[in-house]
Amino acid sequence: MAAFKLNGLVVEAEKGDTILDVARFYGFPIPTLCHMEGLSPYGACRLCVVEIGEGPQARLVTSCTYPIQEGLVVRTASERVVKARKMILELLLASCPQSKTIQDLAAAHEVRRQRFKQEYEDCILCGLCTRMCEEQMMAKAIGFRARGERRTIGTPFDLRSEECRLCGGCIYVCPACQLRCTYTQPEKAICGGCANLSPPCVEKEQFHDMMCYMDPCVACEITKEK
Amino acid sequence: MAKVVVASKALKPFDPAQAAKVIESQTRDHGGLISILEEIQLHYGYLPEGALRLVAEKTGRDLVDVYGVATFYRFFSLKPRGEHQISCCLGTACHVRGGALLAEEFQRQLGVKPGENTPDGKFSLETVACLGACALGPIVVGDGHYYSNVNSSRVKAIIQETLEGLKRKDPAADESLFPLTLHCPHCNHGLLDPDTPVDRQPSVRLLLAHQGRQGFLHLSRLYGSHGHSTQVEVPAGEVTDLYCPHCQALLNAPDDCPACGAARVALLLAGGGVFQVCSRRGCLEQTLDLDGRSF
Repeated sequence: MAAFKLNGLVVEAEKGDTILDVARFYGFPIPTLCHMEGLSPYGACRLCVVEIGEGPQARLVTSCTYPIQEGLVVRTASERVVKARKMILELLLASCPQSKTIQDLAAAHEVRRQRFKQEYEDCILCGLCTRMCEEQMMAKAIGFRARGERRTIGTPFDLRSEECRLCGGCIYVCPACQLRCTYTQPEKAICGGCANLSPPCVEKEQFHDMMCYMDPCVACEITKEK
Repeated sequence: MAKVVVASKALKPFDPAQAAKVIESQTRDHGGLISILEEIQLHYGYLPEGALRLVAEKTGRDLVDVYGVATFYRFFSLKPRGEHQISCCLGTACHVRGGALLAEEFQRQLGVKPGENTPDGKFSLETVACLGACALGPIVVGDGHYYSNVNSSRVKAIIQETLEGLKRKDPAADESLFPLTLHCPHCNHGLLDPDTPVDRQPSVRLLLAHQGRQGFLHLSRLYGSHGHSTQVEVPAGEVTDLYCPHCQALLNAPDDCPACGAARVALLLAGGGVFQVCSRRGCLEQTLDLDGRSF
């Protein structure tokens, strides 16, 4: 056991627990996007940042990957943390505004606008799908490719992978790809999942360049044409 | 044992058995994925899809991981590259001294964009972020040779020199070439022939047989030069038999050429060591083993 300060409260926790685990256990909310129980922590989305240390040594770390230590001082909602989180949400909104998950997170943190160039990405590279595929489905059919601005997720050589069993786990966990199953025009996308009576991927010419690992799609059973 | 390998740049078709050999030798030595991929790229000039699948299978890794590493590093290419690589530096220092203009000039003269190959497969053009020689910028690299303070008027000459490849090495001036004194491993006779100089040095005389024809082959004694003259014209790509001119023994080495799979010729080095050269015409594979001595 290690004792440390969490938002001014002295708490005890097992060594090896992450700040996120302990904070949630004590009821301090920390928003996450790329974190999921049952998958290894990844620290990609940076939404779970908290401030540790004091004075000039204080710094922001991702709580989902930071193991607690004796004597640690953690603030989960300091001014600096809230500011950083809002900025991260603005950046996420700039790249993938059509995601219901990101929209909800932004609303919850009172982010009402974003000041960056608007893009409509299919993927925010959170790595949930690759971890789902590897750790829960034991398949490892998809993974990261290339790096930097050319980084994408997909199967090797963009071919249908022999390891893929079409389980749909990757789509289930994806926070960004509701778009292609919900709405055809990204600028107007306000989720619309509730009104989704027929999936618009039937209109294939609008979707052939979108990333979907399911061939045929488990939802609509339409085979993607290359 | 020190080992110097001068590998051939020529593109070879993907051959699973050969690739498996490469993977095995690398797995035995260090087992790192990157060194395996490096070795494969050295042999084929790029990473063929079949080779990546084989690497995943042989090393027990997942194809996704192997593919991820192969696409992560700019050094690796999944597409066949041209015979000669020209890299144009666009790092900050080179950029302010006109690197971008140079890159444009190369694009214009070669007719391809960065990352593409010329239609004849001779060249591939690349731009790189920094080569670590900023004081000499703008830098252009042609097949590993650094050209410093390049300006647009030199572009044509650089392309020409790169095309001519290893032959551009001037044996008289290039200090990276050094002479070898070689003996037959069977009869221990010296093989140097002062009467037929190659590269202005006594040549290494061997007896060559190809499809019933025989004659002398004179190799340059300069390691890395590849200069030679022969009495029997052998078409490029053909494998020849090479014999000692004194004892007529076949000079084949126990192991085959790692680059093309043809038999290799082994010759003894004065002072200890073995020099091996591929018996295929056009294959530039040479190996120097200096036993128990650092190179």
